[in-house]
Amino acid sequence: MSTLPFGQDRALPDTAIEADVDASSAAIDRTAYEGQWSLIWRKFSRHKLGVAGGVVVILLYIIAAAPDFFSPTGPEVYNPRYTYAPPQPIHFLLDTEEGVVFRPHVKAYNSVLDYDSGRRVFETSEDEIHAVGMFVSGEPYRLFGLIPTDIHLFGTLEKDAPFYLVGADRLGRDILTRTIHGARISMTIGLIGVGLSLFFGILIGGISGYFGGVTDNVIQRLIEFIQSVPSIPLWIGLAAAIPLDTPPLQVYFMITIILSIIGWTGLARVVRGRFLSMRGDDFVKAARLDGASTLRILFRHMLPSFMSHIIAVVTLAIPSMILAETALSYIGIGLRQPIVSWGVLLQEAQNVRTIAGAPWLMLPGAAVIIAVLSLNFLGDGLRDAADPYQN
Amino acid sequence: MLRFVLRRIVYIIPTLIAVSLISFFVIALPPGDFVDRMAIEAAKKGDYMTGAEIEALRSAYGLDQPLLTQYWRWITDIVTRGDFGYSFSWQMPVSNLIWQRLGLTTILSLASLVFIWIVAIPIGINSAVRRYSLQDYVFTTLGFFGVAVPNFLLALVLMYVAYAHFGQAVGGLFSPQYIEAPWSIDRVLDLLGHLWIPMVVLGTAGTASVIRTIRANLIDELPKPYVMAARSKGMGEARLLIKYPVRQALNPFVSGMNDIFVDLVSGSTIVSIVLGLQTTGPLLLDALKTQDMHMAASFILMLSVLGVIGTLVSDLLLAWLDPRIRYAQG
Repeated sequence: MSTLPFGQDRALPDTAIEADVDASSAAIDRTAYEGQWSLIWRKFSRHKLGVAGGVVVILLYIIAAAPDFFSPTGPEVYNPRYTYAPPQPIHFLLDTEEGVVFRPHVKAYNSVLDYDSGRRVFETSEDEIHAVGMFVSGEPYRLFGLIPTDIHLFGTLEKDAPFYLVGADRLGRDILTRTIHGARISMTIGLIGVGLSLFFGILIGGISGYFGGVTDNVIQRLIEFIQSVPSIPLWIGLAAAIPLDTPPLQVYFMITIILSIIGWTGLARVVRGRFLSMRGDDFVKAARLDGASTLRILFRHMLPSFMSHIIAVVTLAIPSMILAETALSYIGIGLRQPIVSWGVLLQEAQNVRTIAGAPWLMLPGAAVIIAVLSLNFLGDGLRDAADPYQN
Repeated sequence: MLRFVLRRIVYIIPTLIAVSLISFFVIALPPGDFVDRMAIEAAKKGDYMTGAEIEALRSAYGLDQPLLTQYWRWITDIVTRGDFGYSFSWQMPVSNLIWQRLGLTTILSLASLVFIWIVAIPIGINSAVRRYSLQDYVFTTLGFFGVAVPNFLLALVLMYVAYAHFGQAVGGLFSPQYIEAPWSIDRVLDLLGHLWIPMVVLGTAGTASVIRTIRANLIDELPKPYVMAARSKGMGEARLLIKYPVRQALNPFVSGMNDIFVDLVSGSTIVSIVLGLQTTGPLLLDALKTQDMHMAASFILMLSVLGVIGTLVSDLLLAWLDPRIRYAQG
């Protein structure tokens, strides 16, 4: 694990000898002989919330990679007979002539239109049921956009039976399916936005910290300026500049770019601080005397030695991007239909009356909270583990 | 100290120029202008505008001038006469609308800041002193949620709870009879009665992060020798805590205060839109959607100015609290 040129100043042999001498107490100083990444891993794995957050984040990205498989039906499948259908709980046991058997099912709905309120009223039918199973065939789709299939992780055994585990929206679309599909956009917009911010942050922060002096001063004033401007009004202004007839994919990328226009400043500060403190280190001097170019010193020699910090900062930056996308889309100037993101889905919960009639419209909000919480936990764990040489 | 203050104020001037440029040109980005939009709206009603009419309107609003000329006219009017230009959609000068809205945004942001202080400082101190106690875990957990819940969602949930369980619609900053009323004691009381919901919604995320900062800072300070020295001299625990380590722990918090204030001004935009407050947010959104240029640009400009002033005040406060800073930079 120790092939990368980091931390040379720390793992010198004489510290190893000292560590052995000190090892009279039970704990041996692992920093003396283990590589940086394995030390980081060791420290991170002790941070239980961080590990739990990491597991949830990985699960979320797996779901985001194949939302069609994990959802019971398609995101655009609608059924006007089931507008605002309330959640159908799953029952596991069924009374039959042969006694009680294990057969997961949901009870079917009989719906009638109430002409006074203009809404559908739903009654659970006691005799009609839809059996539920795993790996059922349903709405056809392409897995990863490539492999044509119709297998869904769970759903009704009969094809196209109405199945609303957490309820339906105003067009009778399944909220759970749409929330799962929303993960794809909402989870990646944070990732891509942070990727862009990271690129600018490292480049500009690196230049600032490496050159110092006037360059540093100018860049620092610029960052201070951007940070003193309230971001949301500026975001709203920029997002409103996207013409309404822009294709969805372009809107997605424009919103990402808009979010990272402000996002890079925090990363640039961290990078700059690290570069400043490392500029005088021996290995940087050595590289310079070897005639390495500035960019090579920045990216090949200095960057790897604080990569772990960067990863932690990046993880902590993703949630704010997710929150910003959700907020912008919610007020109607971020992503729009037909894109399915958590913010777009929350647009359905626009006023109190609608929410009071169908509280399950808030489910995408719960998804946002879970995603942000787990990313925060993961980021906290990574930050604590980023410098394994400190106690 | 005076030199330091002057220097900070001089620094602000280029910042303000940059802010005004950005505000104006961001608004000018979208294709088409207010007159185009008016023509489209008119066409929808079957009332076609001729090319001559469009041109006449455009020159009446000054939209036919080059962008830089428009900017120059807009900014000189603001600086010399306090005139923010003309709102096309409201058919009145922007300055008639902006001050009250901006005032309410400021009040809301400051109230949330005070709320954050009052709630977060005692909890943060308590959590640091009784580390790993039940209270600490409860507040740490709440803090994590406070950061993770988008504030518009919190506003929605509060509105839903108030509507579903108390049968009343919350929202707005005034009861209907006070919206247009002139300022009076009753109106202020009415405002205070409505202010707490947006204040709590807006302050939650900030409270959570401040609790974490103070807790972490104080935990760093508590084991230091000066604390032990004071304790060994027989100083009372409460007094000791407030007088030394807490003061130290609050320093990084003051320097982080500008970020919090800027976040509050920024976050109030979304919360105001959701809760329908009479602050800058909803008007800004409308102005952007109708391409009401002067109004939108002026709002973004003034919100940024609010952020810049907040940053300045917290910088000065920090310099006043911590002599090292004013000597280093003075």
